[in-house]
Amino acid sequence: MNPILCIDFGSTFTKVTAIDVDQPRILATSQAFTTIHDDINRGLDDALEEIIEKTGIQEWPERYACSSAAGGLKMIAIGLVPQLTSEAAKRAALSAGAKVIKTFAYELNEKEIAEIEAIAPDIILFTGGIDGGNQTVVLTNTQRLCSLLHRCPIIYAGNKTIADQVTLQLKDCGWEVYAVDNVMPNINQLNIDAARSCIRDVFLKHIVVAKGLTKVQQTIDNILMPTPSAVLLAAELLAKGNVNHQGVGELIIVDVGGATTDVHSVADGKPKQSNVIIKGLMEPYVKRTVEGDLGARYSLPALVEGVGIETVASVIGTSIAVVQQMIDDLTQHPETFMEEPSLMRTLDDVAAEIAVKESVTRHAGHLEVHYTPFGTVYEQIGKDLTLVNHVIGTGGPLIHHLNVRSALRASQHDNRNPLSLKPTSSRFYIDKHYVIAAMGLLAINYPNQAIQLLKENLFEV
Amino acid sequence: MEKNKIVLGVIGADVHAVGNKILHYAYTQAGFFVINLGVMVSQEEFIQAAMEAEASAIIVSSLYGHGELDCKGLREKCIEAGLDDILLYVGGNLVVGKTPFEQVKEKFLAMGFDRVYPPGSDPQDGINDLIEDLNKR
Repeated sequence: MNPILCIDFGSTFTKVTAIDVDQPRILATSQAFTTIHDDINRGLDDALEEIIEKTGIQEWPERYACSSAAGGLKMIAIGLVPQLTSEAAKRAALSAGAKVIKTFAYELNEKEIAEIEAIAPDIILFTGGIDGGNQTVVLTNTQRLCSLLHRCPIIYAGNKTIADQVTLQLKDCGWEVYAVDNVMPNINQLNIDAARSCIRDVFLKHIVVAKGLTKVQQTIDNILMPTPSAVLLAAELLAKGNVNHQGVGELIIVDVGGATTDVHSVADGKPKQSNVIIKGLMEPYVKRTVEGDLGARYSLPALVEGVGIETVASVIGTSIAVVQQMIDDLTQHPETFMEEPSLMRTLDDVAAEIAVKESVTRHAGHLEVHYTPFGTVYEQIGKDLTLVNHVIGTGGPLIHHLNVRSALRASQHDNRNPLSLKPTSSRFYIDKHYVIAAMGLLAINYPNQAIQLLKENLFEV
Repeated sequence: MEKNKIVLGVIGADVHAVGNKILHYAYTQAGFFVINLGVMVSQEEFIQAAMEAEASAIIVSSLYGHGELDCKGLREKCIEAGLDDILLYVGGNLVVGKTPFEQVKEKFLAMGFDRVYPPGSDPQDGINDLIEDLNKR
């Protein structure tokens, strides 16, 4: 027996997964409330106690952790044109597991500088211009950034021609600067690997300390990454496989949470039919999007507003006033759990289904039809996910859903929206024991075990 | 010396790809850094690319006869985007029918284009003009 602990410090719950890597299996899982405000170890101890009780094992030589506690990894992205470098920067930050609070474009003005000051990001990703391209806007923004009082690590991933100059200027103003490859070296070309790994390094070096997570460092080998980054690692491993284990192929993971819904796709996204021309910024093979207005608790009012409260009321068969009352209750007490079937629970389920439908629609690409003198031509914007075979659900609202299959089916192509490139005939799985992030952590040293356990612990529904 | 950057593409719903490839090759051989957006390029895409690249010229092709409609307002949008002194070139079958080229040229010059080329022009003509126009600066 070689027991290992994988710990996920979430904003609400600290989740612990105990794994035996000798005979790969999950020994036990447990969760307790995260106690970020006093000592984060207390919540961890509570969860550990349960693990020890369940397994009888006292000694855990290897412990790995990821964290999205204390607001996660707060980042802002600065670029030049919104559809180009700003978007590329946003994608780089999201793919590193960050929470992108805001994306800026063009020259920063006083108001935006004040906004950045208020956000007080953990890391700034600063880009602009293709290699050999725009300099003026980037240099202006360099100066504007120097006028900020806030200081944090800043990663420059813009026009390489002025990389040295930008680095020097920022350093002179007291910024800690890291210069990496341009996120968009040429128009529509996406190159986020260097920026992504730099964000992860900076997270390891600085953010763990700043987030008051150092105390845990004594009991844990390392807080290795932000939680979404662990999920992305697991997703990629499961799709691609490794030397010893075959991957399952292209997949989507939908993570419905209280505040946001994350969608991760591992798929090439290229056109699957003829007469299609790809437009816009290149799409990453592993893509993460985060919808801040789709969540079952904190974001419930926005989610319901999106579809209309009367629609929600009619679906669950009650009055608007009752729905409104339930929304208020849930928003104020996000930790509420409904074990018994009730109106509230139905609302929860409806919310989860809406979150899946909307988030996947936004994540997937779409076609635009053009009637040209040569016949119909389609433009593809975003990823074509029509042939993605596997859709995996995770996150409380989906795991506790009364009819997971129905909720996940909302991720599929809908004839009322024929130009959307959502999957057409996927199989559905649920992350019943909440192990995906843990498997991403495990994958760093034990990829074989991680992939085997992922295959065994995602249950088809 | 840093290469001059130019943005190249076929505007509107036009999918004529061959001339686009020839121009890309010719301008690259002539020493330009070509950002080729390919076919079916909108005005906004031309402008966004020119901004990120700090390009000195946008070279628009149109072969399917709807060039006038597709190109209308491009100069104004460039000015709005801060690309005040960018060179705009256009060439191809710009209008349907048998309008004499001189009239077509007048029309496009009035729309704010710096150079207009008829169908079947030698790419070298455009290259020579571009070098000349850039040297004037």
